Amino acid sequence: MKLLGILLGCALAAGAAGTEVILIRDADVYPVSGKEMKGVSLLIQDGKIVDIAPKIVPPKGARIVEAKGLRVYPGMIDSGTELGLSEIPSVRDTVDAGELGEFMPQLKALSAVNPDSDHFAVVRVNGITSAMTFPSLGGRGGGFLSAASGERQLIAGQAALIHTDGWTWEDMEIKRCAAMTIIFPTLTAAGRRGGMPDIPLDVTPATVSGGIANARRVFDEQIAKLNDFFDNARRYEQAKAAKEPDFETDLRYEAMIPVLDRKVPVTVSAGRANLIHEAIQWAKKQNVKLVIMQPLEIGKAGPELKAEDVPVILSRVLALPNGEDASYDQAFTLPAEAYKAGVKFAFGTFTNEFVRNIPYQAATAVAFGLPYDEALKALTVNPAQIWGVSDQLGSVEKGKIADLIVTDGDPLEIQTQIKHLYVKGKEVALTNRQTRLNERYMNRN
Amino acid sequence: MRRLLLAGLVALAPLGAETIVIQNATIMTVSKGTIKNGSVVVRDGKIVDVGEKVMIPEGATRIDAAGQYVIPGIIDCHSHIAVDGSVNEGSVSVSSMVDIKDVINPEDIAIYRALAGGVTTANILHGSANPIGGRTIVLKMRWGKDAQSMIFEGAKPGIKFALGENPKRSGNPQGGRGETTTAARYPATRMGVEDVIREAFNQAKIYKAAWDEYNAKVARGDHPLPPRRDLKLEALKEVLEGNRYVHAHCYRADEILMLIRVADEMGFKIRTFQHVLEGYKVAKEIAAHGAGGSTFSDWWSYKVEAFDAIPYNAALMAKAGIVVSVNSDDAEQMRHLNIEAAKSMKYGGMSETEALAMVTLNPAKQLGIDNRVGSIETGKDADLVIYDKYPLSDYAKVQKVLIDGTVYFDRDKAIAEQAAKDAGKQKLLDKLKQQNQTQQPTGGRRGGRGGESL
Repeated sequence: MKLLGILLGCALAAGAAGTEVILIRDADVYPVSGKEMKGVSLLIQDGKIVDIAPKIVPPKGARIVEAKGLRVYPGMIDSGTELGLSEIPSVRDTVDAGELGEFMPQLKALSAVNPDSDHFAVVRVNGITSAMTFPSLGGRGGGFLSAASGERQLIAGQAALIHTDGWTWEDMEIKRCAAMTIIFPTLTAAGRRGGMPDIPLDVTPATVSGGIANARRVFDEQIAKLNDFFDNARRYEQAKAAKEPDFETDLRYEAMIPVLDRKVPVTVSAGRANLIHEAIQWAKKQNVKLVIMQPLEIGKAGPELKAEDVPVILSRVLALPNGEDASYDQAFTLPAEAYKAGVKFAFGTFTNEFVRNIPYQAATAVAFGLPYDEALKALTVNPAQIWGVSDQLGSVEKGKIADLIVTDGDPLEIQTQIKHLYVKGKEVALTNRQTRLNERYMNRN
Repeated sequence: MRRLLLAGLVALAPLGAETIVIQNATIMTVSKGTIKNGSVVVRDGKIVDVGEKVMIPEGATRIDAAGQYVIPGIIDCHSHIAVDGSVNEGSVSVSSMVDIKDVINPEDIAIYRALAGGVTTANILHGSANPIGGRTIVLKMRWGKDAQSMIFEGAKPGIKFALGENPKRSGNPQGGRGETTTAARYPATRMGVEDVIREAFNQAKIYKAAWDEYNAKVARGDHPLPPRRDLKLEALKEVLEGNRYVHAHCYRADEILMLIRVADEMGFKIRTFQHVLEGYKVAKEIAAHGAGGSTFSDWWSYKVEAFDAIPYNAALMAKAGIVVSVNSDDAEQMRHLNIEAAKSMKYGGMSETEALAMVTLNPAKQLGIDNRVGSIETGKDADLVIYDKYPLSDYAKVQKVLIDGTVYFDRDKAIAEQAAKDAGKQKLLDKLKQQNQTQQPTGGRRGGRGGESL
């Protein structure tokens, strides 16, 4: 019976996008979701992990990968990128993140993803097999003309969770709409990282820049606008459900329905604790699921984040402190702080060129106090949970998508080499533009 | 005169330098292998002994570094920290008259942060707006000292050159085409960049010839009138005479080769190519010229000329015989150059020592200060970094940093002091808050300066 199943599987695999049956033999498997298994075999079929056991008889036609002394980990996930949407940031023609318009929930990052972007192959060789790609990161939404029109973008569109390999964006899709990107109003004067000025607004002298009263007024106006939009979307959903006679399809409100139904979270970039608090209260009032991006004041915001069960996406660990007086290692210790506060977190790099370094960012967090296992989780199982795909992704378990890396050591250690990489059960060559240039010029005479 | 001399001597002797012994550590000397369970003895700011067994001077302060690692102080060959204001005098295409030395800001917090990342020396460069930029200076990260005391004594000064997109774009956002509100600044193409540099050296050679003639006449006992001193050409004359290093910002292979040929033609040397992201494509030519290469570990794709950047660049250039360093050009990247060096092991298969040399001995060679710093050897400056773990790993963190035998950074101390600093700041903020509350809020008032600029 089992044999029949395997045979059938083979037949199916042969028909489905040329998927191979692969047996990784005698490897040390680090599932992240559980204890490591030494010297076991792992069977990949139809793009999934179908078995992990001490001994697996190779199905007929299976390709065998000898992995003695090597380790198997889930592929890593970067939870904050513009992969596929931005190639060369300084060249407008190569950038498709950051659309115009105030409320644009109908925009989909996924269908603008260029599968042949050189960034994908570059990040793959360091073990990143999937990523959240955002229509706009860190408040840059609508950056191109908003200053001229005086309008500020409030909803930037749908972020997608994608594999870092595939023939088409449909092929790469894990979750078409994994998050709705909100560009939340800010409560601070223009500042550095995530809108963090050296001095918080509540101590800015009243005589400067209109002071806190003015900032609060502007903030409240924008929140009111955002609330109006959400209220309208909710009325739209009701009208649709009630099949009201004069009902007309509105693409913007239509896109909001999964958000209102709490099937898709909204993301809000918020650094300071007061802004995180505002965002949490707003999401509660609107009854939507929230993910906080690039938080900075975890110490202060931690208890509320934990109490309200709001996960966060931490920005680059290798970053400067906020302000001259902050401890030099402030950004290095932030993940450890989040862990101590009991906040669920994943890592993001927030710039495409840094995606390949996400394992090393995590290692720095370990050097500065984060338990190792938690660092690994923040690149695998945690993001899978936060983006609602933990049944498919994030660990090495039977039945999960075979997004795997085979390494010669700890994947967070810079010296470790990735030996094999699988995306949806397909072995992807560890080559890219850079390895090709290396080969070519190594042989220059 | 004597007082001045005395003051000079006092400045040279590092204040508070004591006799220190770092014990039980793994010492990665870079130039003479790695010593397991060894010691370094430091006296009067210099390394006086290194080895498994050393004579411990009486009264020496002992630093027990059991299980830890000691490397030479990290040297960053490309940095813009500690500069007061802008690093670019971009109004002209040749700005060899301006000098970073005149605008050192010893209170820039980036100095302290770099120090906490193990950097003890940095080459502080003018920006890349001009084909020929301003003069550069080498600093030691002597946090707490004044500007003059930060200068690396005796290090040969340099000058920044820049090729490619930056000098093209500066003053020419439209690339010399289309409508601009201000007059375009020549050059707007790589052709123009070459012309600006060649013409500047054409002038400098004429200028030098006039001075050479004058000096020859003086030597013969004549009394000629001296030529007019030109501060712009003076720096280029020094380049022609080999008394000032050229650090040339560059990306693409074509422009690197162009500058080599202009230098050959005009009779000067490029000391280092900076960034040099396509250096691997013309490694042979760079090696033949004798220039060093100071590059990023893995930055790429941020602009068109960085799209062929590869993380194998450092290794490929090194294999071609070029002295290669890995630099930061960034106040953040500067804090973990050990990790950036380790990337050349991952990507290029460099050995541990070769990788470490890229942030210590090699930049020292490039800056002509390897007689003083860059490795752990008797007689060299006691610029040392102690890491808790193997330093070519992303799990390592800096514990202590010594410059001239003085501990300038101590992690345990820094962490212990932070709480008091935070409390002090909070007190000031609370006071400010109170003050603001007693004043009437004037939010949104009319006519207020910057009232709309939140």
